[in-house]
Amino acid sequence: MGPISRGFRGRRREDVDPARIPPGQYLVNDFPVLSAGPTPHMPLDEWSFTIHGAVEQPVSWTWDELLALPAETVTVDIHCVTKWSKLDTTWTGVSVDILMEAVQAEAEYITAWSDGGYTTNLPLEDVTGGRAWVAYRYGGEPLEPEHGGPARLLVPHLYFWKSPKWVRGLTLTVQDEPGFWETAGYHNHGDPWLEQRYWSD
Amino acid sequence: MWRVATVRRTVEETPSARTILLEVPGWPGHVAGQHLDVRLTAEDGYQTERSYSIASAPEDAELALTVQRIDDGEVSPYLAGELREGDQFEVRGPVGGYFTWRVQDGGPLLLVAGGSGLVPLMAMLRHRAANDSLVDARLLVSVPALEDVFYREELTRLGEGPGLEVHWTLTRRAPPGWSGWQRRVDAEMLASVGPAPSEHPRTFICGPTGFVERAADLLVELGGEPGLIHAERFGPTG
Repeated sequence: MGPISRGFRGRRREDVDPARIPPGQYLVNDFPVLSAGPTPHMPLDEWSFTIHGAVEQPVSWTWDELLALPAETVTVDIHCVTKWSKLDTTWTGVSVDILMEAVQAEAEYITAWSDGGYTTNLPLEDVTGGRAWVAYRYGGEPLEPEHGGPARLLVPHLYFWKSPKWVRGLTLTVQDEPGFWETAGYHNHGDPWLEQRYWSD
Repeated sequence: MWRVATVRRTVEETPSARTILLEVPGWPGHVAGQHLDVRLTAEDGYQTERSYSIASAPEDAELALTVQRIDDGEVSPYLAGELREGDQFEVRGPVGGYFTWRVQDGGPLLLVAGGSGLVPLMAMLRHRAANDSLVDARLLVSVPALEDVFYREELTRLGEGPGLEVHWTLTRRAPPGWSGWQRRVDAEMLASVGPAPSEHPRTFICGPTGFVERAADLLVELGGEPGLIHAERFGPTG
């Protein structure tokens, strides 16, 4: 344990189950916004979602086609690497499992990419098996641009930079290809329960 | 890895913000714009962590943080209140490889700060000064009132040197005789601060979410390249 910070008592929250807060995180009730650049504003009639790369045949959906796919509403806890966690957030979107059914994949990794140029890499197994969604509603309302609308990838079991805002597609890759934050000092995998924040972790 | 930081000095910047100068044996150095993690430990072993931007230049002898007190926060009231010389806590970092600037990255530079969002931008200007860089740099700081301005004397002095222009806008209250801007950041103000989009300024905006969203949108509307606009937003957590 580190040195005692003289006079620091802290404020433990009694209203939350500590088992739901990963190491080094603290609970917030608001929804902080973190992005690396300006918020893109993509008209919905020009929007599409594409899966390509190491697949037999790329596939794209328009906005209306995405909304026509079976949707799920999930309530999950989210954890940002900047240390805030937010519990019981409710999202609606399409499971990545459903999207992946449309392609023949020969890859074990994906790069998710977004308007604005942001990318993040994930093992395919982290976005399949009911663990990831292309989410377009938050708290029952259309997802606001500053929180990633019209749609963001939602991968709640990893730090939230792995849930890219303004997502437009997945590139399947044979090799793991580190994305934006993963090449800028942040951990390649990002499991909050293992506190995989930085390269040194 | 966590390192022990010892407080060497504190400087009251405003009634609600304090600069903390730290000695951190083994600190590996940082790049202007990066932040670090702070971990506090209470007597009973309870720990909590927060992230803070680094205010000092990599060249400075001591590591400086400037902490704005959030009244209902858990950590900032301690760091900006109770903490005094000789106290210790832990730090880890530096963190962040995107919202950074080195003199060799070149310019021109446009730095736009909302309130305590000035902190990482100040590290860039201190780094620029420490290297006698002549890179064209423009700083625009938006604060409610003059008493909310951090580093005012130092910025005034730096602004007297070649290549740096410092602008303040006071959004709520201006003292008698104030000749600067007295409104929220808008397109006309940003166009006046420059540099023109045709000069491809490396742009760094830091502040509360709403401020950063607005400034970044305005700069894009004025013709700025989104890929050159670096944003760091923070929410009201403390």
